[in-house]
Amino acid sequence: MFWLNQILQGILLGGYYALLAAGLSFLFGVMRVINLAHGSLAVLGAFIMMVVYQALGISPLGGLLLMLPIMALLGVALQFLIIEPSLKGGALVPLLATFGLALICDNVLFSIFGADTRSFAADIGTLSYDSWNIGSLYISKLACLVFAVALLVLGGTQLLLSRTQIGRRIRATAEDEDAARLSGVDTRLIRAATTALAMVMVGLAGAALGASGSFDPYAGGPQLLYAFEAVVIGGTGSLWGTLIGGIVLGVSQGVGGAINTHLSQIAGHVVFLIVLIARLYQGGEISAYLRRLRVRFA
Amino acid sequence: MSLLHIENLKACHGLLVALHDLSFSMEPGEVLGIVGANGAGKSTLMRSIAGAHRPAQGRIMFRGQDVTRLSAHRRVRGGIALVPEGRRLFPGINVQDTLRLAACRKGIWNFDSVLEVLPQLKPILKRQAGLLSGGQQQAVAIGRALMTNPELLLLDELSLGLSPVAVEGVYEALPKLRQAGTTIILVEQDLRRAMASVTRLICMLEGRIVLSGAAGTLTREAVMDAYFGLNRQTH
Amino acid sequence: MTETYKVQRWTSRSIVSTALIAALQFALLAAPFVFSANVVDHLTTLFVYVVLAITWNALAGYGGLVSVGQQLFFGFGAYGAIRLSQAGVPVYAALALGGVGSAVLALIVSSFMLKLRAGEFAIGMWVLAALVQLLVSLDPIIQGATGTSLLALNSFAPAARRADTYWFGLVAMAGVALLLFLLLRSRLGAAMQAIRDNEEAARSVGVRVQLAKRIMFVLAALGAGMAGAVWLATSISFQPNTYFGVQWTAYMIFMTLVGGIGTFEGPILGAVLFFAVEAAFGAEGVWYLIGIGAAAVGFALLLPQGIWGWMERRYALRLLPVGYVLKLQGVDAGRQHGFARRSVPPPPAAMRISEQS
Repeated sequence: MFWLNQILQGILLGGYYALLAAGLSFLFGVMRVINLAHGSLAVLGAFIMMVVYQALGISPLGGLLLMLPIMALLGVALQFLIIEPSLKGGALVPLLATFGLALICDNVLFSIFGADTRSFAADIGTLSYDSWNIGSLYISKLACLVFAVALLVLGGTQLLLSRTQIGRRIRATAEDEDAARLSGVDTRLIRAATTALAMVMVGLAGAALGASGSFDPYAGGPQLLYAFEAVVIGGTGSLWGTLIGGIVLGVSQGVGGAINTHLSQIAGHVVFLIVLIARLYQGGEISAYLRRLRVRFA
Repeated sequence: MSLLHIENLKACHGLLVALHDLSFSMEPGEVLGIVGANGAGKSTLMRSIAGAHRPAQGRIMFRGQDVTRLSAHRRVRGGIALVPEGRRLFPGINVQDTLRLAACRKGIWNFDSVLEVLPQLKPILKRQAGLLSGGQQQAVAIGRALMTNPELLLLDELSLGLSPVAVEGVYEALPKLRQAGTTIILVEQDLRRAMASVTRLICMLEGRIVLSGAAGTLTREAVMDAYFGLNRQTH
Repeated sequence: MTETYKVQRWTSRSIVSTALIAALQFALLAAPFVFSANVVDHLTTLFVYVVLAITWNALAGYGGLVSVGQQLFFGFGAYGAIRLSQAGVPVYAALALGGVGSAVLALIVSSFMLKLRAGEFAIGMWVLAALVQLLVSLDPIIQGATGTSLLALNSFAPAARRADTYWFGLVAMAGVALLLFLLLRSRLGAAMQAIRDNEEAARSVGVRVQLAKRIMFVLAALGAGMAGAVWLATSISFQPNTYFGVQWTAYMIFMTLVGGIGTFEGPILGAVLFFAVEAAFGAEGVWYLIGIGAAAVGFALLLPQGIWGWMERRYALRLLPVGYVLKLQGVDAGRQHGFARRSVPPPPAAMRISEQS
């Protein structure tokens, strides 16, 4: 029963990781850019939400609803100011530029908010500790909510991509930008919309982080690592794979942590490396793997 | 007013000049064929008209408006569509979605009417474009361009890499497009086919127009001479 | 083209500047006898930055591998030194071996990490650094996040320790730089410069891309490990959080980008600039870090070739002969346009060519 509970907690934690990874995966799938500022931007989202609801004296949910459009606008700015110019410079420049952005983001947050650790737990009432208890199984309502949001985001993105006009155009832009333009697609607009959408996902992840855990200005780095691990374990560019990746990561951390608290993060990293190595030696080149997945993603 | 008017167009690839000071006009309803050897600048001309290549000098007027500086997707919305050389489909997107994503102007062409002129697409709507045969891919590329409801349709090397049967299948659609009133520029390597399907023919050599005339007035020999640059006459 | 030409490696300018740099290295050996303790400490710090900059540049600029996990080797070098010193190895030998330990670690992890693609490799390295940091923290002698000290160094008198550490740092820097210099001049170096210019093309003409990358990766780890060891020798205390912190990689990126990625001289210039910026603004704390980040973004987007790359292009400057100069006979070096046609940006007067036969 103890282990079942640990695994269950791991699965629920995996929902958060999947939510966190969704934006990274989506941006990479469409733009072929790995955003090294991803974690920092999630933390930024959490801070924006906190400032908004505390300053306006509204509920955290209200803060979230105001924060998401701000994140979307930041996404448009990110696209036009950093991603688009950096894509002209080859594969290295987007990495360097987004890494610099992460550095700026972390330290600006630190200069404004200091090193204190924050959480929304005190402001969301009983949701932070409400749970269902089945026998000795303990299921947090908040963790379920986060898991449901992750499902909604991943499923919604999948539907958007496969069923809507903007989704078709996002896929066309991802596959061949020139040809998309010749088919009448305003690819700059599509890319801006993609980044805006990715940033909304990042904002949701930031809110989940603040509600179910805690954050501080330098929390972005670890968040990026978790998101990245979930994406790679699940297979780059595949949205449902991201969910599985998040769950695998969550369960490994949960089981590792149950053996020894120090082992929680180590187990996550080790499983990530094992998956990585196994994939390299089983399927040959990872690039071939990526190509296969790209088809599946579309 | 001519539909398309090109004035002193010059285009380069790096240091190489692909088009020298090129000028011509087109009236609505015309089917203009462009022939010429490899490297004559045909594709560069098509890409310049469509906005996929930025010319170094000159003007491109479409329906009286200067579109030279307009980006490709804006020209598509203005009524110019290109079926690019090599087709350039989205390999991971299925046929149905490929057609739908290009819909952006109101007009006679919609999903159903496109399938009517390209009936070969009907059985393969759910298949990914990357997995189709060359002829099927070319039909999808034409369909994708039609979905944008072009007034001017640019067809670049439709028969490139296709079997003779597949070429027939693709060319069957052309008369129906003409009937619908679409103006067409057709780049074609096959001289006989070009002369049979167009109202006017331009022959290009090394980035210049070396021969131009109504389809009926040109002899095959004159075109061949121009094609190989044997008898350098200007239009 | 029938023009005659000759290939030159040494130009008169590069002979003079190489000689000057070699002379400077020897002159620097005397610094502890001449300068105050403060200056000596600062110079040691500068050496650490130079090593970090040139090796990260070797990795990214020549190997095309952007890693945000080089703190792995920095921290592991210092940790290895502590471990070896505890085991009774003489302290400076332990420091040097710590650096070598990082290179060995790199050799092992390169077998799978180098198969990753650009962005995946970048974060994958960071994950590896985080993992090793956690594992090192579990070592009882490190005492978790509290850390430990290189106690063996306390047996030296402060002045002697300062001078010894300085020389250790100088030798480490000169050694790593010389190694890189010789490597770039070897056949493999030509291969690496080919990879820098165009990886696909290099592969297609038979350059052993994987081998070249692996060597760069190990060399970069050696440099970072040595830098970590020197840092440990100057600060004595070791905390996993500090030594495995991602800020080290941030500094490396800053120095390389500002100086000029893919040039030999640029990162050295970048290190000197970083050193000066830190001396001037380091006390500003967080705003200083924001400035570092902003400069990295600015250079990446606006001047991706960096200060040195820009000067090299503009003035055909090349102080250290790691490439070749092609001279057309009877033609002014500044006007060789038509010979080897390069794409859009006008070719620099001194063109690099790679030997691949």
